[in-house]
Amino acid sequence: MNEIEKNDSAHLTTPTRLTGAEIVLATIVGEGVTEVFGYPGGANLPIYDALRKFPIRHILVRHEQGASHMADGYARASGRVGVAFATSGPGATNLVTGIATAMMDSIPMVCITGQVSSRVLGSDAFQEIDITGITLPITKHNFLVSHTEDIAPAIRHAFQIAKSGRPGPVLVDITKDAQQAAAIFDFDAAKPKPYNPHPMLSVLEGHLHEAADLIRAAKRPVILAGHGIMQSNAGEQIRTLAERMQIPVGMTLLGLGGFPASHPLNLGMMGMHGESWVNDAIQQADLLIACGMRFDDRVIGTPSTYSPNSKKIHIEIDPSEINKNIKADVALVGDLRQVLEQLLPLLPGRDGSAWLNTIAASRGTAAVLDIKNLPDSGHLYAAHVMHDLWRITEGRAIVATDVGQHQMWEAQYYRHDYPHTLITSGGLGTMGFALPAGIGAKVACPDKEVWVIAGDGGFQMTACELATIVQEKLNVNIAIINNGYLGMVRQWQEFFYEKNYESTPLVSPDFVKLADAHGIPGIAVRDRGDLEAAVQTARGHQGPYLINFLVEQEDSVYPMIPAGKALHEMIRRPGSNPLVEKPEDK
Amino acid sequence: MLHTFVAYVEDKPGVLTRVASLFRRLNINIISLTVGHSERPGVSRMTIVCAAPDAAADRIRASLYKLDDVIDVDDIGKAPNVTRELALIKVAANAHNRSHIFELAEVFRARIVDLAPESLMIEITGVESKIEGLIQVLNETEDRVLEVCRSGKMTMRRGKHSTGVLRAMGAGEPDIPKPGNLPLETGPDNFADNI
Repeated sequence: MNEIEKNDSAHLTTPTRLTGAEIVLATIVGEGVTEVFGYPGGANLPIYDALRKFPIRHILVRHEQGASHMADGYARASGRVGVAFATSGPGATNLVTGIATAMMDSIPMVCITGQVSSRVLGSDAFQEIDITGITLPITKHNFLVSHTEDIAPAIRHAFQIAKSGRPGPVLVDITKDAQQAAAIFDFDAAKPKPYNPHPMLSVLEGHLHEAADLIRAAKRPVILAGHGIMQSNAGEQIRTLAERMQIPVGMTLLGLGGFPASHPLNLGMMGMHGESWVNDAIQQADLLIACGMRFDDRVIGTPSTYSPNSKKIHIEIDPSEINKNIKADVALVGDLRQVLEQLLPLLPGRDGSAWLNTIAASRGTAAVLDIKNLPDSGHLYAAHVMHDLWRITEGRAIVATDVGQHQMWEAQYYRHDYPHTLITSGGLGTMGFALPAGIGAKVACPDKEVWVIAGDGGFQMTACELATIVQEKLNVNIAIINNGYLGMVRQWQEFFYEKNYESTPLVSPDFVKLADAHGIPGIAVRDRGDLEAAVQTARGHQGPYLINFLVEQEDSVYPMIPAGKALHEMIRRPGSNPLVEKPEDK
Repeated sequence: MLHTFVAYVEDKPGVLTRVASLFRRLNINIISLTVGHSERPGVSRMTIVCAAPDAAADRIRASLYKLDDVIDVDDIGKAPNVTRELALIKVAANAHNRSHIFELAEVFRARIVDLAPESLMIEITGVESKIEGLIQVLNETEDRVLEVCRSGKMTMRRGKHSTGVLRAMGAGEPDIPKPGNLPLETGPDNFADNI
């Protein structure tokens, strides 16, 4: 057998006899992979044994959930396919939360798991689990490979599926004997069949004209901008549509960054924790142009009361999303960028000033951004932290957030002007996501400033990855928004369960000492006056840095639309707080 | 309402699970599911009947297409079609009361395919209502039905070809009536046509 040399890529062009493990690595190298997040074990040891022969950086995680979240964060930050390795049994099941997170948010990812030898498959062998069965509903597709010659075609097919159409995770489970045996590796011959687009994609000429007529005739249109803008790289087209036709833009959580937050037409995030003028505009609209979004229940409240008087144009790549939650009057089913490129020539321009003035008026009378209502009595509010972080980093950092109150505050007060700068679990709402996803983002974009923002609860779910940061020498900054509660659950208990704070008060370790134990410097911040200095210290430090922000304990995210209510039935911040507005809040 | 889909799928391990799992995920009950070889090697044909809201058909079809192993999906809707089901019915019968079951079978164009001292087996093919008609009559005449085995529905569009075959052959969209535009050719209770 030929010995492979690192950086020698002859086997990619000439069919060569390799072991299955080498084929795994040669194939992903051929697919352009340079970084892999993983954890070795009995059933994938042959792959790890061959790893040194290939130009791949392997990031050793501390828990396989971290591997799948890192691959996810890597994909979100870079747009490339993230790759995670795990062994059979518990290694594979630990990936599951990360795979489900990627599935819900349509993130391209390939997970390669080891499996027990095909001889003992189905015998409940040590560390055997039916991971293709388990991940069936949370992957776009998965493969069980038990023959060496099937490895390369399966992996190449997996990459095609992960990237194509509406992206998503794919799992390839490879038995140990298939990794150990040898076969002829022919990268070109393993190429999958040409990609077959979903047969129900349809952007009909007639529908385009119908949509254009609706847009031209609309008096109160709103663009709903979703994750699809990033997925199809349609930022420029959305901007042209909004500017040329003078249409305001509401953002979904995952859409943030797809249209600049500082743009005058940007209304901000809509939905459960969206500002009143966004949700009011949607409720009063006569036309909604949904671009790469899926009318999630956190965005619409209830379908029956959602924007009752508007026509809906739904531009979406996944035909199964059409009419799922909200009925579309005109459905343009295709890649967002391509659809907009076809649509824009039909839209010469429009005067939208009357409607924009109406929204501006409602913005003026609404109790402005809640941050301005916060009493600045020496207490530290999470909103202040987000706002100041945004100001200090000039909105250029990649921010990976966890799930809960801090996630919503981040979405409200960190203004994302650039795509791929917010990495957050929107669909599944996975606590413990921020730290590993931020690590993945830093590995993908080593030159970008990366901030991990997590609550004290979520941080403890994957805090073990602090060691990964140290081992990999990653310059990741960590901000813990520490209020001593599982804050969002506490907020629901406050609003809907008569302040029965059952199991939400939370004892945490001293996070600064915890960081110190890992060799990561850190500081606790209790006062807004100390905030900027701490953030600048973190930014200036060569290497990871942790800030433990001890914030107001029983603050809530406002405004809030209770689950299942209409968009205009929102709970606002109690108005008795003294208004303190600082120049930097403007 | 009941929806009927015909799906062409790759003949591989796990495909049935993927299709069945999709319906489970959508919280839709499969009423009947038949699978067998199609006219093409390596491709199986499924007829899936499920109960779901009227508007769900497109979404189910779109979701089926998202499965990598699914090649083509046809939503039969109310288009002209032939639907058949096979049933095997074992009835307790002896030498004294066999003859009237023979008569019943004759009326329903069913066949007796097995005869034992204490029982006989009827094979019947037809639409659901015809099979249920026979079972009902057997029950009413106090013949003890011991076992019923039903295949589930098999459906094929009337006319030249189904969309699946044409698209698989690269012929593009065939000129077929749109689902939903045509009345049911065979009403649920009108099985005379099918006897």
